[in-house]
This record gives sequence, C-alpha cells and structure tokens, in this order.
Amino acid sequence: MLSTGKLRPTLGLVRRPWCAAAAGIHSSGRRLHNPDEVDLFDFRYTTPFVKNLFVGKFIREQVFPFPRLNQQDYDQLQQMVDPVERFFKDDVDSAQIDTDAKIPAETLQGLKDLGLFGMQVPLEYGGLGLSNTEYARLGEITAIDGAIAVTLAAHQAIGLKGIMIAGNAEQKAKYLPKLATGEHVAAFALTEPSSGSDAASIQTRATLSDNGKHFLLNGGKIWISNGGIADVFTVFAKTEVVDSKSGEVKDKVTAFIVERSFGGITSGKPEDKLGIRGSNTCTVHFEDTPVPIENVLGEVGGGFKVAMNILNGGRFSMGSSGAGIVKKLIEQTAEHATTRTQFDRKLMEFPIIQEKFAEMALRAYAMESMAYLTAGIMDRWPGGSPDCSVEAAMVKVYSSESVWSSVSEALQVLGGLGYMKEYPYERYLRDARILMIFEGTNEILRMYIALVGMKFAGDILKEKLKELKRGNIGVILQTVRQRWGSGFGMGPSHGFVSEDRFIGDGFKAHPSLTAGAKLLEENVNNLGTMTETLLARHGKGIVEEQLVLKRVADITINMYAMTAVVSRASKAVVMGLPNYDHEVLMANTFCQKTYNENMQMFHDLGGENTDAAVQKIGKDILKTGNYIAAHPLDRTHDFDNIDVVPPQR
Amino acid sequence: MWPIFDYGRFVSIISSSDVYGVVWMRSLAQLHKMANLRVLVGVKRVIDYAVKIRVKPDNSGVVTDGVKHSMNPFCEIAMEEAVRLKEKKLAKEIIAVSCGPAQAQETIRTALAMGADRGIHVEVTGKSIDGDNNQTGQMTAALLDWPQATFASEVTKENDHLKVVREIDGGLETVKVTLPAVITADLRLNEPRYATLPNIMKAKKKKIAKHKAADFGVDLTPTLEVVGVEDPPVRQAGQKVESTEELVAKLKDSGVV
Repeated sequence: MLSTGKLRPTLGLVRRPWCAAAAGIHSSGRRLHNPDEVDLFDFRYTTPFVKNLFVGKFIREQVFPFPRLNQQDYDQLQQMVDPVERFFKDDVDSAQIDTDAKIPAETLQGLKDLGLFGMQVPLEYGGLGLSNTEYARLGEITAIDGAIAVTLAAHQAIGLKGIMIAGNAEQKAKYLPKLATGEHVAAFALTEPSSGSDAASIQTRATLSDNGKHFLLNGGKIWISNGGIADVFTVFAKTEVVDSKSGEVKDKVTAFIVERSFGGITSGKPEDKLGIRGSNTCTVHFEDTPVPIENVLGEVGGGFKVAMNILNGGRFSMGSSGAGIVKKLIEQTAEHATTRTQFDRKLMEFPIIQEKFAEMALRAYAMESMAYLTAGIMDRWPGGSPDCSVEAAMVKVYSSESVWSSVSEALQVLGGLGYMKEYPYERYLRDARILMIFEGTNEILRMYIALVGMKFAGDILKEKLKELKRGNIGVILQTVRQRWGSGFGMGPSHGFVSEDRFIGDGFKAHPSLTAGAKLLEENVNNLGTMTETLLARHGKGIVEEQLVLKRVADITINMYAMTAVVSRASKAVVMGLPNYDHEVLMANTFCQKTYNENMQMFHDLGGENTDAAVQKIGKDILKTGNYIAAHPLDRTHDFDNIDVVPPQR
Repeated sequence: MWPIFDYGRFVSIISSSDVYGVVWMRSLAQLHKMANLRVLVGVKRVIDYAVKIRVKPDNSGVVTDGVKHSMNPFCEIAMEEAVRLKEKKLAKEIIAVSCGPAQAQETIRTALAMGADRGIHVEVTGKSIDGDNNQTGQMTAALLDWPQATFASEVTKENDHLKVVREIDGGLETVKVTLPAVITADLRLNEPRYATLPNIMKAKKKKIAKHKAADFGVDLTPTLEVVGVEDPPVRQAGQKVESTEELVAKLKDSGVV
C-alpha cells in the first residue's frame, strides 16, 4: 500500500494496536518529520495517552514534544495577559471581597468589560474563542482571587458550557451573545441535597405539559455557584423516557436551558462559607417553572452525558490556576525567608526551609506541566474532541491536593505571622480547601481514573486472550517477550530517550532527562504487569476494591505528572529557554521522588498490606458510631490481683 | 521628514518624556464642526516601569535583553486623551506611530487595542534615539514652527483653538494655543483605560504600515555618543556634628571650604 496516509492501514494493525506499538513501527510506514503533522488513521491516535499506560504502553508521539503555540498566538496571548494582570493587581481587593463576602459591582463590571466572561465562547457569538491552552493561561491570573475565579468558572466553564457543546444553532444564537459579554450570568444546577457525587440520583422532575409545548420543572438544587445572580441556568432534571425497543417507561436525566424570567424560580440567601466567600452560593428552587421544549439541551434523556461532558471539559485548568497561586505564594514567602533572621542566620539558609520551597516549586512545575500538556492534547487532537477525561481528572486531583499542601507549607514558613488575618495566607488556605471537594470530589475522581483505566486494559486483554486461544503466533510471541522482559523488572525499552543530542524525530525526551525518563519507563512496565495481575486476581470484583483502586489511581497520576514534567523540561532544553538547567534538575528530581512513592505503592499492591485490617477497624468504628478503644486511664476491679507488681514507693 | 500635508490646523498630543505625537487636523470650509480632526499619537516601547533597572557590566547601557517592555505610561495617557477626543466626536481618526525595532509593533498593537484606528511603524534598529530627555515635543514644535503646550493636565477645545492647563513648578498655568499645535501629556491628564481582550482581538485586523527611516529621507547617523552608564552612587552615610565650629572644621578638613 502506498503510504499516503489517506489509506487505512491493514485492519489487523488497527484492531491490535499493542502489536505495532511493541514493534515500534509506524502503521503507515512513514516517518513523521514535523511533530505537528499527524496521521489521522494512525492507531496511535485512537485514544489519548493515559489509558494506554494501563496496558504498559507509552505512546510517546502524543506527549513529545511538549505542546507549543506558534509565535503569533503566543504574542497575542502575552498581549492579553498584561491587562488582566494589571486589573487583578490594581483593581481587585481580595481581602475586602473575603470580609464582605461579596464581589463589588464595579469589579464584576470590570471583569465583564475585559472580556473575561466569554473567554471560550466562539468569536461569532461575541466571545474570545480562546483555545484550552489560552484559557488555562488566563486562569493562572484569575486564580489570584479565589472568589472571582469560581464566579468566572461557574459562569463559563460549566454554566454556559452546555449550550456551547450540546446546544443547537438557535439556542447558541439566542443565549451565547449576552452570556459572552456578561450581560447575563450563567449557573450550573445539578447538585441536590440527596445527590452530590451520585449525580444520576437527582430528583428534580420535568413533566411534559399536556399540549407538549413545554416542560414543568419542579424541585430544589443546593450549593449552586452564581445561583443568586444568574439569569440563565443549565438545569438537570429527571424526565420520563419511553425506551424505543422495550416500550418500558424509565426516568432519565435531561438537561434544560432555564431562564430566570420563566418564573417560579427562587434563590435562597447566600451560604456563609469557609472560603471563596465572595462567590455567591445558594439554593435554587423551581416551582412549576415552564420550560419550552426548544430549551431542551441535547436529547431528552441524554442529560447525564451532557453533564459529564461539561464537567470533564473544564477540570484540566485547575492545574494552571493552582500553579498560578503557588508561584505567587513562592514569591511572597521567599521574601520573608530571605529577610527573617533567627539564630543569627536567615531562614533561607536552613535546609528544612529550603525543602519547603523546593516542594512547592516541584508541585507547581508538575501541576502546570500536566495542565498545559492536557490542554495541548485537547487543542491539537486530529479531528478534535478527544476523550481526555482521565487526564483532566488526574490534573484536578493532583492540583487540588498540591495547592492545599503548598499553601499550608507557605503559611508554616511564616510561622505565627502566617496565622494572622493581617496576612493573606489564612485566606488562601480557606479558599484552597474547596478544590478537593467541588468539580468532582477527589475520592470519586480517583475511582473514575482507576476504573476507566482498568476497563480499557480489561477490554484489550480480553481481545488478547481470544487471539491467544486462536493460536495467533504474533500475539503469543509478543506476550512471551513482554513477560520475559518484565520478569527482570525492565521491560522492552519504549525508547523515548534520544540517543543523540539532536532530537531526531521530536518524539523523544532530551538525553539530559535520561535519569527521570528511565524511572518513568520502569514504572510504565510495572503498571502494565500490575494491571494484568490485579484483573486476574479480582476480576469484575475490582470495582469494590477501593483501596486497591486508590493506589492504582495515585500511581498513574504520578506517572502522568512524570511524563508531563519530562516532556516540558525536554522542550526547555531543546528551545534553550532561560534557566533550562534548573528545569532539568527539577524534572529529574521530581521523577526520582515520585518513582520512590510509586514503588512503595506497587509493593503494597503486590503483596502484604494493611488494607483488610484498616477496613475492619473502620467498619467497627462506624458500626458503633464512635471511638471504640477504652480510655487510657480505664481500669478494672481485679487489676490488683493480677501478677503484675507495681513499683514500690 | 514625514509627508506633511498642507492642511490648515494641527493639534499634537505628546507624552512629556520622549515620545511625540502630532495631531493634524484637516480644515474644511465649515469651521464650526471639528469632527474631522485626525490625531496622530506617538507610542514608544520602553522597559516596563515596574522592572528594576540594571546597568550592564561594561557600563555601556542598561540591560534590555529578556527584560519586560511595555508602552511608555505617558504614551498611554496620550493615547487615552486621543480616544476621548474621538468619543467626544472631536476627532475622526486616531493613528498610532512608533519608531523602533520590530518589537515596537507590539506597542502599536496595544495602541490599536486601546482605540487607535491604524498604526505606522518606522523601523529603526539599534539603540534608542533618545533617552528620557523631555525634548521630543519641543523639538517637534520647533521643526514644524508650531506653538506648543507642554505638561498638559487638561485640554479643552474652545472654538478654533485649544485651552491647555499646564502643570509647572509654581502651580497651574493656562495657555491658549492656536491650531496647529503640539501638546505633551503629563501624569494627571487622564487615567488610561485597559486594553480589553475583545479589543485586543479586534486590533488584529487593524493595519500597521511599515516604513524605514530612509523612506522619509531621514539620516539616522547619531550625533550623540553614549560614553558610559552607571548606577547612581550608593547613598553615603551622613555625619552628625555637635556645633557650628565642628561643622566648619570638618568642612575645612575635607577641602570643601
């Protein structure tokens, strides 16, 4: 077959991607010289990166080289960064917003005037049409004030996103223009008192009217960001759907665009929160609210998918927002560490303090690398709309926990001063706490990451088993080779460290990252073997083994972080960015630390661990409803008769 | 020099440091409607005001590589005034001009985002032609033989001339200038607006005309040579004296008296 790239490669290769990957050949036989040029039918692009790790496959072409903007887009982005930074520096008083639990009207208007309410709305509807990468960049700046960041995100990352991705042309033309300028504010109404993580169990109902022209919405939502100020809501409610095949009537979730002006909508008073106090959060009640059928978003009964797509799309930007906060904190805290003297030395001279700053910097480096890698994959996937939900979930989990720990450490560096309201650290800490809770709790996301990955692996392994049963020589040989190789702990080299200093085809790490890349390679092989072992051990029952899944998720999150960090540092070296040697040091150090964590978790997964005992302790306590152990001072009557002689006075 | 069209009246708005703006106005038979004013504002790319300036180790200048540059804040004020004139319907078109290296185009783009209609970039490579000398406005006026009103903190139009309030050391001075004129902007003239993101995107479509100094027959051979650049001297500690006699004695010792 001529390798024009337009003809599909043989079906065999497409259906069994792992074969070609192990052999390291391009399916069309063509070398891709320009890293930005991709072969649409190439099997390597069937699914984004992270899921493939679960079968021990590292598809390096998807993550090397690190995504970059062309000069024109980069210049324009820099132009946009300036006014936004100035606005946040000069015209945003975060302390006041926190004290008053309100964002002043002038500040909100300023944000609208700057264009920040329609960053990703397409140009033709009056928005800025920013790509995911550009949106992430501006997110670094808006994150400086937690309340503003959440207000903006609630409006556009989830509030109006549904219209953008699932709306028809009329709905987009009707609603997006005013939402893009901020004339109307949007909100996302899914959560209910009895339905948080379990979104499919919502009870708000939408019943079709007799004349079939509109739905009547009834129910209550809680903790809706922008709930009190929104004019347009994306509301999720249960509707009766008739199954076309069985004729059975089922309750399914449907998404609606609901205007406050439809009537019957009441918002409660703003909740008094620990952090992000300037963001409006309240209950929203619908009482016989009429919603025209033209306002159904997507299909009737297809609302759950709409909700998941909306939520999956916005998560990755927490990486860049988080990094924005941590980088700012490093600067502020360093000032203290370089000027404060104790024991005749500046704080910065003590290794314990140095470690804190290194930890903060490493986490920020990893967070932003993961965020921009994910954004880059999303922005340049051939054909658009790749499923990066697992990558985005990983970014969210890692970033939320890193921001929390970094803010806490920064506060610690200041000691008592950090605890005072005079300083912003306590506000940053309070604002950061929500990150681990909203947009999908970290617990749920860990389960999602592990289960999606395991399912992907399980499906492929099932295919493999079938081929083995059929006696397919190629698969048998390849399986043996893999097993043989991984038996020694070092599997087939994925070859993603350049042999020479001049990056040949751009799909590899620079040799200065060899230390980190080799550790990553090892982990990739470990994971491939471990997944098979776990599936063999637990089968379908793996769904219930949450403590196992939690470790799998943590390992893969770490591996994605290592990948992002190695790719980014490679780019820094190849481009000759200032301070690239510092980046190489950070990347290799990060990989070593994370590899150590991973090895501990692999060990726990493979052999003895305390899971069963831990679960028993937890269950017993929960059954009793309180702490069980007797009080340290408790005694019994017979004690003095036992053969233990207390010391004589 | 630039192609100066023989139109009746001018207004020029200049920043008080080293950027100049020349506004020239086309005169029509009907004099009372001034909506045909065309405003030319000079904008210069300088080191960002928030950056700590460092002198190069060889004392030949200041470090500019990798340092953040932005539009001169006084040029922003001049731009803002021009945009306000346009909003008040006193001006019809705003043109931003910059003489500088290729990166000056970024500054012109910011001016376009603030409200200029088109830009002119005269490519001048090498060092800046002038430092923070407060000469450009005055030089322009002299070359054109037009009246000037410098350090303007307020500009209002009255009939066919401009009333300009100037900030001087002794207070405020109000002058009347006939058009054409050159005006330089001072700090309190206005508060410049942010370039909003939608305007930044719209500015992409606005045109920037590129020229070389040679196109205008201008000779750029420097007539000034910078001999050296140094940090200001570190402030020395003072000495306290107890009496006048001691003071005189110390002054005599140091050879000052």
